[in-house]
Amino acid sequence: MTGRPVDLTATAQVEALRAGEISALELVDAHLGRCEDDRWSSFLAVDAERARARAREIDAMDERPPLAGIPVGIKDALSTRDLVTTAGSRMLEGFRPVYTATCVRALEDAGAIVVGKTNMDEFAMGSSTENSAYGPTLNPWDTTRVPGGSSGGSAACVAARQVPWSLGSDTGGSIRQPAALCGIVGVKPTYGAVSRYGLIAFASSLDQVGPFARTVADAALMLSVIVGKDPHDSTSLEWPEPIAVPTAERLDGVRIGVVEELFGEGTEPGVRDAVRAALATAEGLGAELVPVTLPHAHHGLAAYYLIAPAECSANLARFDGIRYGHSAADAGDLLEHYERTRAEGFGPEVKRRIMLGTFALASGYYDAYYAQAQKVRTKIVQDFAAAFADVDLVASPTSPTVAFGLGERVADPLAMYLSDTCTIPISLAGLPSVSIPCGLSDGLPVGLQLAGPAFAENRVLSAAHALEQAIGFDTLPPGLDA
Amino acid sequence: MMTATAYEAVIGLEIHAQLRTRTKMFCACELSFGDEPNVHTCPVCLAHPGALPVTNAEAVRLAVIAGHALGCEIATHSTFHRKNYFYPDLPKAYQISQFDEPICGPGRFRFLTPDGEKELGITRAHLEEDAAKLIHVGGDGRRAGAEQSIVDFNRGGTPLLEIVTEPELSDPADASAFLRQLRLTLVQLGITDGNMEEGSLRCDANISIRPVGETTLGTKTELKNMNSFTFIERGITAEIARQTAIVAGGGAVTQETLHYDPTTGEIHSLRSKEEAHDYRYFPEPDLVALAPDPAWVADLKAGLPELPVDRRRRWVADLGLTDEDAEVLAETRELGDYFERVAAVAPPKSAANWVRGELRAQLREHDQEPWQSHVTPERLAEIIAMVEAREVSMPNAKAVLADVIADGGDPRAIVEAKGLGAMNDEGELEALVDKLIAENAAQVEQLRAGKDKVIGFFVGQAMKATQGRADPGRVGELLRQKVLG
Repeated sequence: MTGRPVDLTATAQVEALRAGEISALELVDAHLGRCEDDRWSSFLAVDAERARARAREIDAMDERPPLAGIPVGIKDALSTRDLVTTAGSRMLEGFRPVYTATCVRALEDAGAIVVGKTNMDEFAMGSSTENSAYGPTLNPWDTTRVPGGSSGGSAACVAARQVPWSLGSDTGGSIRQPAALCGIVGVKPTYGAVSRYGLIAFASSLDQVGPFARTVADAALMLSVIVGKDPHDSTSLEWPEPIAVPTAERLDGVRIGVVEELFGEGTEPGVRDAVRAALATAEGLGAELVPVTLPHAHHGLAAYYLIAPAECSANLARFDGIRYGHSAADAGDLLEHYERTRAEGFGPEVKRRIMLGTFALASGYYDAYYAQAQKVRTKIVQDFAAAFADVDLVASPTSPTVAFGLGERVADPLAMYLSDTCTIPISLAGLPSVSIPCGLSDGLPVGLQLAGPAFAENRVLSAAHALEQAIGFDTLPPGLDA
Repeated sequence: MMTATAYEAVIGLEIHAQLRTRTKMFCACELSFGDEPNVHTCPVCLAHPGALPVTNAEAVRLAVIAGHALGCEIATHSTFHRKNYFYPDLPKAYQISQFDEPICGPGRFRFLTPDGEKELGITRAHLEEDAAKLIHVGGDGRRAGAEQSIVDFNRGGTPLLEIVTEPELSDPADASAFLRQLRLTLVQLGITDGNMEEGSLRCDANISIRPVGETTLGTKTELKNMNSFTFIERGITAEIARQTAIVAGGGAVTQETLHYDPTTGEIHSLRSKEEAHDYRYFPEPDLVALAPDPAWVADLKAGLPELPVDRRRRWVADLGLTDEDAEVLAETRELGDYFERVAAVAPPKSAANWVRGELRAQLREHDQEPWQSHVTPERLAEIIAMVEAREVSMPNAKAVLADVIADGGDPRAIVEAKGLGAMNDEGELEALVDKLIAENAAQVEQLRAGKDKVIGFFVGQAMKATQGRADPGRVGELLRQKVLG
């Protein structure tokens, strides 16, 4: 092994450990140093003691599980037993769960070591991580800019090489958009691929857990461990085939649909150029580019901002200060207790969405809002089905812009919501998609989004890998080689 | 001239039955009653962040069986909805229930009343979860005036089947008869334990009145959570009287939710229409739709035992039982089964009398049920046969039964071993009567003077002299012949 352990991909770390070139404790220590010196505020909690204890256990093992000793960061939306889990909210300040999310357990069972919980927009509502009650995360490429969101901490910690990979969650783009803005790989699997048991719900019909990594192969490796049916999640799916670590170098015969609607107004020229260049590269690898149209995609944002708030208005109702979490002091009666607990515990964006959703479900408005949005969702599902009758994959920018400045969109929720125009239609359709870094615009990373039909994870990851190899993007942010 | 308008009531019922599953509706916590508070809880039923519900398959099975018993159509596609409201006994702040796609669709249920068999339309039956139990400390145990309220989540998440009837009843007594029959049916099918005191079966009634002959419905009120048949009947009666007084006095009934206090007989308002919740129902995204396999649904229907109402009707029609006999014997599935086994080998009417009467009376002393006792249907039938053939007197038959209860054994063998067989030799019996006449001159005189009661004295003497083997009827006959001519 040459160079710093933190520069190794997870796959390389697995090999180095297996070859005895490094111990689990050395590996964990190397990463913990960067986690504890957290210049980007990627983490809300780092559990060095437990991580080191676990590393020692692994070093003492004769037979080691496949991911033994590899550090991992976990989005704070995922329940971790005894490890404070806040979902970025005051409401859950200091909350220690009594159980661990199924996907986190799967990683731990495979030997991965949880080093800490990563920062996020409160209850995953946001696209910049500025809605965290504990302060924003900074983009490792430019600390005056946001890392994207809501899984900003999980993206930043991988980009900043605090961990080789991490878990995030994606409801309307919360893995893919920060992956794009931080120059790394992010995968939003098919809805139902990964158990949601233990994922603090934002919008249940859209939420999906997935990996961040610096290579497609690493992301595929992590996904292969967390995918599959969980008896605790009725919406999780029996997985038809194992997730393979991709090796393809060519794209011969692969038909890639270029979604013209997602290159539209609001897309920065630098983003458009980088994505077009990546598509040209794909053509060079043998892929065939086919223009496709998703006629209802432009209604996606509006539908999403009815469905997701509607679901969240019910999902977040459990935070009532009675069993756990923040509880208002000295409330006079039950109603005042509810009002004050929730007024004090939730931040402004969460309140905005709860109110939007409550209104969208109200008697007399349901048909005009929620029911109508579900019809749009069905139309979008049909759009994708029609597109995939003709092409193997669809491609677009992940985000219309590169990382924007801290504070730039805070006062303008609509501008913030537009960050997810390219990712939302795919979320509404429940399809697998990946964002890979495909170039720079003004020195900031640009993400290419590839999506496939449901269950086509292997196809999507294989193409993403071939493109990634050809593009040869350097994931090391400038100034971070020290 | 003004004539007083006659009003009729329109009553619809909503019944909540706790299902007899081992675990809760959406998690693996055990169901229990009376355990330490909050021991049967988990992240799911306490609504911890990130926990998800999983539908209890046994609850679905019981709902389908109940649906068959209610004559309902069973849905091929059935979904859950969230019913949203804040309350401390509802940890998610929504109840997972069913809305527009219930597991059981329209049906009809037959029930027996003193006026004969009637039928009530079932609108639907759907699955949902029960709330936790709130305990108000201080004050009089109600929320108002309590110093504090505490929550026991053991009950939270108990599977419930909510059965909604059509508004087709007008007589409170019919409402109560329907509920009795419904409870009996659900209990016998093992769907609920039906314990109303513990809240396993609860009933709400929607009540309105209208002038007789009117077809549109009046404004309804909802009478909540009545937990005994008597209170239900009384509560509905009281509410009909209240509404009738309002309307007769020129007023209008207000739509509201009411509570009937069985101790005072008073009705008070819980909340008005304006205060009613907007539950903001929407499809539960954490659960997949139920899609019961039609073959499985058909199997459950085929496996449905005879319902109590059908059993009672058959016993009356085919076996000649009285309504009262049939009602008592159909009270539990086991007793009905036992009776049928006796009736298969003995005259049904006698079987009914013996099972209802002497057998249950004697077994009560031993705290036993017939089907658990030494008295097999065959043994009881043998006793009945001996009585009917006058081979053993009734008092001795009862004594034989007592022996069988105590030690088992063949009744006929007991009669022989103990010499309890009836004294059927006419000559012997005549000699005995002659002897009694000779020895009891005073009583003979009384009999001659028309005091018929003294026959009892002679019969007693005869039974004593023969250890119960004499036929009491025959003794009386001979006595009358000889004394009165």
